[in-house]
Parts: sequence; structure tokens; C-alpha cells
Amino acid sequence: MKISTIFKNGIIKENPVLVQLIGMCSVLAITNTVENSLAMSAAVIAVLLLSNIVISSIRKLIPSKIRIPIFIVIIATFVTMVEMFMEAYAVDLYRSLGIFIPLIVVNCLILARAESFASKNGVFISAMDGLAMGLGYSIAIIALGTVREIFGSGSFLGMSLFGENFQAAAVFVSPAGAFILLGIIIGIFNVTIKNKATN
Amino acid sequence: MSLFAIMVSTILVNNYIFARFLGICPFLGVSNKMETATGMGLAVTFVTTLASIITYIIQRNILDTLGLEYLQTIVFILVIASLVQFVELALKKISPGLYSAMGVFLPLITTNCMVLGVAILNIQEGFTLVQTATNAVGASLGFFLALILIAALREKMDIADIPEALAGFPITLIAAGLMSIAFSGFAGLV
Repeated sequence: MKISTIFKNGIIKENPVLVQLIGMCSVLAITNTVENSLAMSAAVIAVLLLSNIVISSIRKLIPSKIRIPIFIVIIATFVTMVEMFMEAYAVDLYRSLGIFIPLIVVNCLILARAESFASKNGVFISAMDGLAMGLGYSIAIIALGTVREIFGSGSFLGMSLFGENFQAAAVFVSPAGAFILLGIIIGIFNVTIKNKATN
Repeated sequence: MSLFAIMVSTILVNNYIFARFLGICPFLGVSNKMETATGMGLAVTFVTTLASIITYIIQRNILDTLGLEYLQTIVFILVIASLVQFVELALKKISPGLYSAMGVFLPLITTNCMVLGVAILNIQEGFTLVQTATNAVGASLGFFLALILIAALREKMDIADIPEALAGFPITLIAAGLMSIAFSGFAGLV
């Protein structure tokens, strides 16, 4: 499989957020600011990349009957490492992401890539797949985070954009805004990029 | 916090789907028919309650006393995964009727982030065992309510005339958003 196909799959054709709709909890919950989206992207890419590398390198040793518990333990180990790393070096981000850091363990995206890709392919190609899927996830949540922060708080990465008189639409930072906006973004993605890519 | 306040809070005010975004995958995945939604709701209620109680006991008696709090994530997810397997086996043997109602949904529950989320939140909030059980039941009932409401809506939307680009998941997300606005009306109740 070519590396360009893997990246095209991860970012457009099988985008985890916009096409497969997996791992939605963190997508909706932490995209209220761009900063949180960036931090979550970094955490997910790190876990996905490391778990894909480790799982693909020991794939021939794993008995197929108990593969899922083994995958979960490997993923949980990396998630704990990321969690402790963030607590030590970025306490503010650690607090604002809160429960959604340990919940990366149950992000279906990571287990799905382990099961459907890393357990069947070589180390290098699995690492590329992890990177591609992680990028697809990141692009979607950063887009969502940007729109929500600009309309909901009138700022970008914490910098005020429109001055003090701007009346922010609080609905965009509320849970309701997250649902509605993601629905609209997926709709736009469906008619534009996805249709062009498949034709 | 009184038990009644916890119950009202988790079912209506801080509904786990609409306000805290836990358990969105099954909420979107199995909500296309009323029947499957009921089965999933039952299975989640059962597993979440059981898992919360067991993880609470493990945290307080094993992890806390041995100073192993950092193993929380790994231990909890393993407990939940094996509990789900165990419940599946036990149900098959003891109650085939119940198994056929919620059996197919059980394997899916391991990756339902609500189960792990509620278990971790119980510890973070510093609840007692009774409060933990109440919180778990309330959270699952709130999930059940959200699932049934959206399933009823989706059955109607199947026959509605929806723009092609929004058909399927996008319109479901928008409907969930509107429902979330309605639920935010409960704010201040507790």
C-alpha cells in the first residue's frame, strides 16, 4: 500500500470524525477552544502512533483469542504515560481537558486502528496509518474548535479578535452548539470534499 | 449531596449525553430503531451500575491503600472489559430471555466511554458507596432517556424529506443539539 493512499484515506476518505463518526465524545466535549483542540490532537496522535507501532511489532506473538484485552492494556499504558506527562508539564491543559484524557483509552478510533490495521501490517506502514488517522482527527477537531472559539468567545487561541463590544454567541461554546455545528460541518464535508474525492 | 439531588442532577440537569458528552458513540450508533435503543439502554444501565460499584471498591480498598492511584485507568478498563465478558456469559446461562434482549449490545459496551467516565468521575467527586451507586443509576437512566428520545425522533425523520447532504448522521447531530438546548432548560433545578 502506498503512503499517499494511507494519508488520503486517513484525512479524507475514511476521516475518523467526519466520515466514520468514531471517538465522538472527545470531539464534542473539548473543542470549545482552539488550545484544547490542539492539546487533544497531540495526545491522540501520540497514543495512536505509539500503540500502532507497538502492536504491529508484536502482532505475531499475540494469540488471536485474547488480542482485544492485550490491545486495551497497551493503549491504556500509553494513555497513562500521556496523562502523567501532561500533569507534569502542562497542568492548565491537564485540568481543562480533565476526564477526557483517561477516556482516550475508550476512544474507538485507537482500538479500531489496532484491530483493523496494526494487527495485520508492518511496523512502518502502521506508524504511517496512525499518523494519517491522527491527522484526520486533528484537522476535524481543530476546525470545529476554531469555529466554536471565534463565534462563541470572539477570540482565537485566547487572543481577542473583535474588541470589547463584540457580543459572543454563547450557544457555540455550549453543548448544543457543538452538536449542531458538527452536524453542519459533516454536511458541508459531504457535499464538497468527500464527493470530489470519491468521483 | 443528597441522593435525590444526585439523581435529578444526573438524569436531567447534567445529562451525560447532552451536557457531558459521554457515551456519544452508542447514542449515534444504535439509535435508529426504538427496539435496539431499549436493548442498549438496559444493557448500559446494568453494566454501568455494576462497574461503578466494583471499581469504587477496588479504588478504595486496593489502589488507595497501596498508593497505586496512577494505575487507575489501566485497572478500571480491565475490570470493565472482563465484567462485560462475565455478564455476557452469566446472562446466557441464567436468563436466556434477558440475554436475547440485550446480549448483542454487551460486547459494544466495553468501548462505551460512559461506563469508564462514570467510574472515574465517582472517584473524583469523592462519593461514598451509596452515592456512587445512585450516581451510576442516574447516569444510566439519563442515557436511557436520551437514547429513547432520539430513537423516537429518528424513526420519524426516516420518512421526512431531508436535504441529501444532511441525511443520516448530520441531521441526527442537529436534532441532538436542539434537544440539548431543551435540556439546558433544567439548569438551576438542583
